[in-house]
Amino acid sequence: MVMKPKQVTCTEHLNPGNLACAACTEVLGFRHALKVLGPNTIAINGTGCLAVVMQMGVPKVPHFHVLFENAPAVISGIDDALKAMGKRDEVNLLVVAGDGGTADIGLSALSGAIERNQDFIYICFDNESYMNTGGQRSGTTPFGARTSTTPVGRAVQGEDRLPELRKDLMAIIAAHNIPYAASTSIAYPLDFMERVRKASTVRGPSYIHCHSPCPTGWSIESSRTVEVARLAVETGAVVLYEIENGERRLTQKIKKKRKPIREYLAPQGRFRHLLDDPEAIEHLQQVVDRGFAATLASMS
Amino acid sequence: MGMEKYEAYVRRAKSSLTYDPGWSRDNHTGGWRAERPVVDHDRCTNCLICWLYCPDESIDHDTIEINYTYCKGCGLCAAECPVDAISMEREAG
Amino acid sequence: MKTEFWNGNMAAARAAQRARVQSIAAYPITPQTHTVEYLAKFVADGELHARLTKVESEHSALSACVGASSVGARTFTASCSQGIALMSEVLFFAAGLRLPIVMAVSNRTLSVPVNIWSDHQDTLVNRDTGWIQLYAASVQEVYDLVFTAFKIAENADVLLPVIVAYDGFILSHASEPIVPISQEEADAFMPPPGQGTWPILDPDNPQQFGEVLFPEWYPDFEYKKHQALVGSLGIAAQVWREFGAITGRTLTPIDTWFCEDAELLFVGIGSMMQTTRAAVLGLRARGAKVGLVNIRSFRPFPEQELRQALAGAERVVVLDRDIGYGTTGMVYPDVLRALYALPQRPIALNMIIGTGGKEITPQTIERCFELGLEASGERTVLWPDARGPEEGIPYDESIQLPPAPQPGGCALNGGAG
Repeated sequence: MVMKPKQVTCTEHLNPGNLACAACTEVLGFRHALKVLGPNTIAINGTGCLAVVMQMGVPKVPHFHVLFENAPAVISGIDDALKAMGKRDEVNLLVVAGDGGTADIGLSALSGAIERNQDFIYICFDNESYMNTGGQRSGTTPFGARTSTTPVGRAVQGEDRLPELRKDLMAIIAAHNIPYAASTSIAYPLDFMERVRKASTVRGPSYIHCHSPCPTGWSIESSRTVEVARLAVETGAVVLYEIENGERRLTQKIKKKRKPIREYLAPQGRFRHLLDDPEAIEHLQQVVDRGFAATLASMS
Repeated sequence: MGMEKYEAYVRRAKSSLTYDPGWSRDNHTGGWRAERPVVDHDRCTNCLICWLYCPDESIDHDTIEINYTYCKGCGLCAAECPVDAISMEREAG
Repeated sequence: MKTEFWNGNMAAARAAQRARVQSIAAYPITPQTHTVEYLAKFVADGELHARLTKVESEHSALSACVGASSVGARTFTASCSQGIALMSEVLFFAAGLRLPIVMAVSNRTLSVPVNIWSDHQDTLVNRDTGWIQLYAASVQEVYDLVFTAFKIAENADVLLPVIVAYDGFILSHASEPIVPISQEEADAFMPPPGQGTWPILDPDNPQQFGEVLFPEWYPDFEYKKHQALVGSLGIAAQVWREFGAITGRTLTPIDTWFCEDAELLFVGIGSMMQTTRAAVLGLRARGAKVGLVNIRSFRPFPEQELRQALAGAERVVVLDRDIGYGTTGMVYPDVLRALYALPQRPIALNMIIGTGGKEITPQTIERCFELGLEASGERTVLWPDARGPEEGIPYDESIQLPPAPQPGGCALNGGAG
């Protein structure tokens, strides 16, 4: 595993001039993923911010912006066609998509592609809402978060569905007995790149979930975007682990004393309405504690 | 911002409309900046953390010079620098 | 080649096999299902060197075809009805990407009420997706059209996807004697697969696909796509002539039948035009001056050919096995467009028949003929085989609903006995 930034290849597979917001973590993650996968990669991009900001030829690899929900099906067709033509060994097949495209509208296509043992790497950049259309809630929006469809009003304040019902994509994917899956964060690029590298060695499907805070949608100061991602891990709101042939392993050490969830929430405008409500914060702390404990308990 | 090139691509298209890589280079996103990162090369230890976290490939791998043509001024490099070698300065005007 | 006895689904599958398809993705739906099962068997038996992507929905079926075709593979799928409705978004996508995918469609109507039988609603509502749409009138035509569709679609001046439509059950499940083309003849006729000249996803020549085009230039691209579809008519005719030179069966964008002296001409698509032939023969035997035009290529629409064929008629009856709710059948408006430029325009009527698989017999067509002669032309859309309309079939008032079961009673358990 690459331990230091100096060991990361200086070769870039994205051209400058992308039109993403400043501090876009999806662009950052795509950049890192392509560093690992190299030029012999076909990138299929489900509709979302990344597909839009990659326009005007940002990627140096073949890049195909497909529909919102069909990226896993398109890559299945590519995988099988290349196999039929005897050309499959030459290329990495990569899907990049957001949480809306993965957890919601594209879930059945992804499930089908994994079940058929198609050979591809799927990276979900999870910014916990539909950012490309202006920040509506998705199946991965956390409890309490303000989005444009879960506004803060007099009767309801932010996302109010039961926290336990939030879609746990890693668990959903793991239930497919996928050969390789990893929970990653944009704050830990070396770890992320190692997970992508491992995924690329799998013959069959592999899934990388990448926690990717959105400075625009979450109302974070752009310079603090990586810090917020790191706080998610340090508070236990996000746990980094991998599942390799059923074996589950933590990939990021967690300090015995986790930081309180308030530290993760405070820099984010989408939780501002909760910060003066100790009861709400305590509730969220319990939600995180339960989720963290459950994930830890599930490790091999 | 190079928009007129769409015309050349449409004219070229015999069937599917496809674009060449690299045309985004016309988008000089440096114009978006409110603050500019300035590197103190005396303090810099050349650890490359800023380079790694830059979403826009605007830090030179070898010289740690900022490419102000594309740098959007997000400030991630300054925030992540472990030795405070990068400061954000207000753009004039 | 010896004569085979195949149903329409087998003919479609065998034609795709002869064309050496490399990639197939499909999802089962009645009455298309056999097509996929046959192809799966050919692959399992090693008769066909292709990959069959067994997707989880029709949306994914066509999406997988898009993927396969975008790396240059010769690609085939099959569907109908709800399946095509689910695919609809991807139909536009595939045509916009100009990918030469061929899809066999065993026409079936759409729910509700639930109905698995044939009409042309499923393909006709998707007539404006940018696909070529060809309609077979017999099982031999299913075979010939599916096979030749690959050569039309992959022509460098076309590069558009093709639907070959044939009536569910009537053609999909009925077996007819078929003369296939031999593999040697097929290989001499058809370019080898995977040699397409369309842009593909290739790391050696990286290109970006499926990205945005802004309003200023959008019409330029739409015009090109439209022109390619219009121009495909001549290319299809050429491909069919070449095919005819090998097989003796030359397909044409339209078929004419007793048009020269006809006072009333039927126009329509699909297998009902074979029934109409039989009816025309019967009516001719009784001295009626009647004929028909079968439209084989609905998209692109053969306007000139049709206008020429209809020029002498006093009355034109367009048979639509579909309905554009709130207006007319969906074939009718295009026929009107062909007629409009005539100096002497005939009375043009639209008869909606056979929806949801209602059987179309020679008697149905004879009824349409009688109505066609009587009609003043003031009312244009008529429903001769439906109960309810003035010109239709009267309801049998003697058929009554049983009394409603009483709450708490035993009627539901057969208490009446």
